[in-house]
Amino acid sequence: MKYSKKDLIHPIAGSRWNHIWSGFVGDKLAVLALIIFIFYCLVALLAPLVAPFDVNDPAFMDLINSEIAPSWISHDSRFLLGTDAQGRDLLSVILYGTRLSLTIGICAVLIQATLGICIGLMAGYLGGRVDNFLMRCADIQLSFSNMMVAIVFLAIFQSLFGIAMYQQLAMVILILVIGLTEWPLFARTIRASVLAEKQKEYVDAARVMGISSKRIMFRHILPNTLSPVLVIFTVQIANAIVAEAALSFLGLGMPATEPSLGSLISEGFSYMFAGSWWICVIPSATLIILILAMNLLGDWLRDHLNPRTYKD
Amino acid sequence: MNLLSVSNLNVNFKMKKQELAALIDVSFTLNRGERIAIVGESGAGKSILGFSIVNLISKPGYIKSGSIKLENKELTKMNLRQLQEIRGKRIAMIFQDPMMTLNPVLTIGDQLVETIRSHTKITYKDARNIAIEKLHNVQIASPETRFDQYPHELSGGMRQRVIIASVLLLNPDIIIADEPTTALDVTIQAEILQLLLAICRDNGVALVLISHDLGVVSKVAERTLVMYAGHIVEEGPTLEIINDPQHPYTQGLLNALPQMTLPGQRLNQIQGSMPSLTERPTGCAFHPRCPYATEKCQQEQPSFIHSGVSSVACFLVEDMVNDFANQDEEDR
Amino acid sequence: MATPLIQISGLEKSFSTNESWLGQWCFRQGKLARHKDSVHALNGVNLTINQGETLCVVGETGCGKSTLARAIMGLTQPTAGEIHYLDQRIDQLNDRQRMFFRRRMQMVFQNPYASLNPRMTVYQTLSEPIAFHQPQLSRIEIDEKIETLLASVGISASSSDSYPHEFSGGQRQRISLARALSVEPDFIVADEPLSALDVSVQAQVLNLMIDKQAERNLSYLFITHDLAVVEHFATRVAVMYLGRVCELAPTKELFSSPKHPYTRALLSAIPRLDSTTAQPIRLIGEVPTPIEKPIGCVFQARCPHANQRCYEELPKMLLQSDSSSVACHAIEEGRI
Repeated sequence: MKYSKKDLIHPIAGSRWNHIWSGFVGDKLAVLALIIFIFYCLVALLAPLVAPFDVNDPAFMDLINSEIAPSWISHDSRFLLGTDAQGRDLLSVILYGTRLSLTIGICAVLIQATLGICIGLMAGYLGGRVDNFLMRCADIQLSFSNMMVAIVFLAIFQSLFGIAMYQQLAMVILILVIGLTEWPLFARTIRASVLAEKQKEYVDAARVMGISSKRIMFRHILPNTLSPVLVIFTVQIANAIVAEAALSFLGLGMPATEPSLGSLISEGFSYMFAGSWWICVIPSATLIILILAMNLLGDWLRDHLNPRTYKD
Repeated sequence: MNLLSVSNLNVNFKMKKQELAALIDVSFTLNRGERIAIVGESGAGKSILGFSIVNLISKPGYIKSGSIKLENKELTKMNLRQLQEIRGKRIAMIFQDPMMTLNPVLTIGDQLVETIRSHTKITYKDARNIAIEKLHNVQIASPETRFDQYPHELSGGMRQRVIIASVLLLNPDIIIADEPTTALDVTIQAEILQLLLAICRDNGVALVLISHDLGVVSKVAERTLVMYAGHIVEEGPTLEIINDPQHPYTQGLLNALPQMTLPGQRLNQIQGSMPSLTERPTGCAFHPRCPYATEKCQQEQPSFIHSGVSSVACFLVEDMVNDFANQDEEDR
Repeated sequence: MATPLIQISGLEKSFSTNESWLGQWCFRQGKLARHKDSVHALNGVNLTINQGETLCVVGETGCGKSTLARAIMGLTQPTAGEIHYLDQRIDQLNDRQRMFFRRRMQMVFQNPYASLNPRMTVYQTLSEPIAFHQPQLSRIEIDEKIETLLASVGISASSSDSYPHEFSGGQRQRISLARALSVEPDFIVADEPLSALDVSVQAQVLNLMIDKQAERNLSYLFITHDLAVVEHFATRVAVMYLGRVCELAPTKELFSSPKHPYTRALLSAIPRLDSTTAQPIRLIGEVPTPIEKPIGCVFQARCPHANQRCYEELPKMLLQSDSSSVACHAIEEGRI
């Protein structure tokens, strides 16, 4: 039997993205956090264009200009946020530092996420021995503090290949170290949601259709487990930036010639009580605002991507 | 005097942009010891009605207007402490999922004893004796062993019995049972329904049974209210409603049951589905699905009129009743 | 008589309850020994499904009816027994060998809110199996096919780019049915497809299933606990209890003269509109979990007519005069 045109049924509700978007616009804090994050990204991308000085210019570092206070104190209109101990314009250094910190953070988390998602999917979907093996690996990884692994690894690398080699490769090594130590977080989250999704009947329906395990894993299950990943993603970027800053603070991160926010803070810290507070405080404030914005964004995503909160 | 009377109750949901009406002008009464049923499909507002009787609707829902009177006490104007006194002691609730009410980390006995002792001052030993007696009343075998077990050690039917026992502890006047047997198997369902019926009869407790299953309702309730999209559309004695439904929705609901058609034939379906809160149609809420809908139905909300022993909110029935009355007059 | 479409013989399935390898070791009488606990979901089920008929399987929670459906569809591997499709054995096939039968046999699931992938549009949901099983079709042909398919289950083709959450439960169940029909099967297993739906919507979906059966000569294995639906829809009914079929009868015979004590209790328990006075037969206790493989009759613990033989000997399915078959010693001996 065929139905006549007027009997055909149309869907009843609006699209899901509309729902999320309207919820987003309603939440002023989330909008503010997003604006701040986008601002940071833009600044990081456009650092060479917006920075008042070119950091690669040999004339950039001039000890005559060292430790000039921000312009609203020193009334020196050349340096808006003052200069550091080497006479570098603090604003330019912070812009480049943000760029570096964000790059390290995002790249490291991309590595974490890729590894974690693949391992978590396999563990959750295949189950049994594979699951046991992969999850024990994750447990072992988690039982080492990632800071400790990073410190040991970086220290060994420095003593093996020398400081010069390290300074060249610092960024890549930092990305790898931070990226490789934190994958279990993603793997566990993904595994937990895969286990929940696997029970659902649409997976059975796909199996009844004869669709291959690989396709079921990546095409059917993965998209449904991505919302928690998005949340961890934002929070982990913040964590990775903090980890990088901490390592730099301990002298194991970026070299002073290519300062990230962390190494700027570390460097400025020694001048803190010598009266030049701005060298430490301004980069710290920049970092704190970035991390806060990322965490706010992550929290908001957690609340709104949770399928229990929007009516299915 | 009526034990409970609800009149012109309106319950709204306050959303960000709009107010959604969940219950519209709901009125009914309940006498002492009477058993009534509220029937409707999901989304009809029957559970919301159950919750609002004890003023238990959670935000964003709130009672906009109307009154709920228990004897002569107005429930809508009570503060939280007075309400808590009413809940449990005068009006008790049973839910579909017993685990909603049972705490999984406490033993059955502890929960029962705690309920008694929070309302009356007696020793643990006395409370235990009362609890075991009530467990015995709901036909739980070896109540002494069950007393020390945790909820997860019991089967679904057994848990629902425990809930009924806990409801009986404080001798309430009214039990509101929200789909009490939906999660159970048919054989267990039959037992629980019989138990509920026996308990209401023996103790003179009034029952408000909320259900989607007309079969269940016909076993228990004396009077039935049919709800559709927040309105009560028909009210009358259960037998009357089942054998001679007046409202087109009630008719459709009954006709859609498989036993109303010869085996193998297509069933009589009602087209479409219940409108959601956001898209209530104008006029009579049922008109888009009604086979008899006229232009008047699209614009005006029919009022409740008496037709025989039932009351119906439908223009079709209203016209018929009026015709009848006119004819009567002409005959005279 | 022609070969039945599906033939199930001696089907057994047990699930191990302590899955982890470490959990299986325990001390018994001072010795460390490995020990597996298992739940016996199916204990030797024999059924046949003929072309064009609807076989309803009825039973309470835990009687193994869903496991039966999953075993037939190859979603779980049975522990013992055979399943035949026409004359080919299908229970031991691997995924590649099973591919042909995937097109012939399809399934509709219980929960319309979980059986459609929430991140795939209706179009994607339907086009995936079509493109997968009929790779020779062009995109336009697939589009056409989806359009006719949607129209045939009463869903507007213009909504094919909508996601499942935009539809109501009844509409989703139609889409589920459309997905099952998309590969043109001749046998559909429906696992409680109506239990999550409202009464008025149940009728819509059931009508659709009746229409499709008439249109395509489909055979259904319809699993349900709603006996009113069974009475209306089934050709034959199998009553299951604790993993065994205890009565198998044509619908009319089953409802007019139920024989097995369990069937009688089950039928008397349905709340019916027409008989408000009939008292349900009370059974003792509740359905036990089948940890041990039963030796005697599965229903012995709750049966009012059980005697010593019921505890010791498994009753056989015996054909009765009205073409129903019952597995009960009491009936065989003429005690009831």
